[in-house]
Amino acid sequence: MAKTTKMAFLVQRAGYKCENPKLALTHAISSQSVEIYLEDGDSVVPVVAFVGEGVLNCKNNQKAMEVYGITSTENHLQNSLLCDLKVLVCKEDLARFGLTESDMPDASAMGADTSIQVVPWETIHAELKGADHLLFF
Amino acid sequence: MAKLTIGCFSSLVGSMSLDFAVKLAETAVEKGHEVDFWMSGNATMLSKKGQKSFKDYSYLDKRIRAAMDKGMNMCACEACAEARGYHKEDTFDHPKFIRKSMDWYLASCHTADRVLHIGGE
Repeated sequence: MAKTTKMAFLVQRAGYKCENPKLALTHAISSQSVEIYLEDGDSVVPVVAFVGEGVLNCKNNQKAMEVYGITSTENHLQNSLLCDLKVLVCKEDLARFGLTESDMPDASAMGADTSIQVVPWETIHAELKGADHLLFF
Repeated sequence: MAKLTIGCFSSLVGSMSLDFAVKLAETAVEKGHEVDFWMSGNATMLSKKGQKSFKDYSYLDKRIRAAMDKGMNMCACEACAEARGYHKEDTFDHPKFIRKSMDWYLASCHTADRVLHIGGE
């Protein structure tokens, strides 16, 4: 019988002096190729949630490539959206830092069908409860 | 007995998370559990061969090898290791040690009874 494993990647740190947020996103994106290791029909379904200071990663117009010559967290978020990953951002934490939904990175111009979902903590909590494994970054 | 997948991305220097993860892994192996140990980011430093023991310094090489001798699977993120200069010839030469991409970790999680992802503090 086919088995689906739901994995929740919870990002709770800002992207300063650590690569945690990018590792969370790249690990989640790797779910796109995990089938090569799995039994036929099995799958891994990731959900990425940004909470606390982690929401600071979700700011558009990042200039990491221009300033540091590295791929920005915004680019990784856009790649996640291009892979149709579910990306959630805590609404309450976002408001705490004076950010709004209009500040969120977007990949629609690149052809993504999905976008970042700004949702109440309750929604994120429900996702975590429904996950088989939680990974904190 | 259960399968435990342990992921870690803290470095061998400046954090005790990797020491904790290794201690947990070897304890689980001793108890007879199946253990997969994944390292990404700075944790790939652990896969560097030629580690030497100095008093009061973290020295995990011998313990990791002992755990692998007892069946633990150890995998380092290949890209993370290469980016840090830990090439294939610089890393553990052990039949239970491999270098793969992150999907190996997700696949291990898929078949694990418990996943412990350590280092996000």
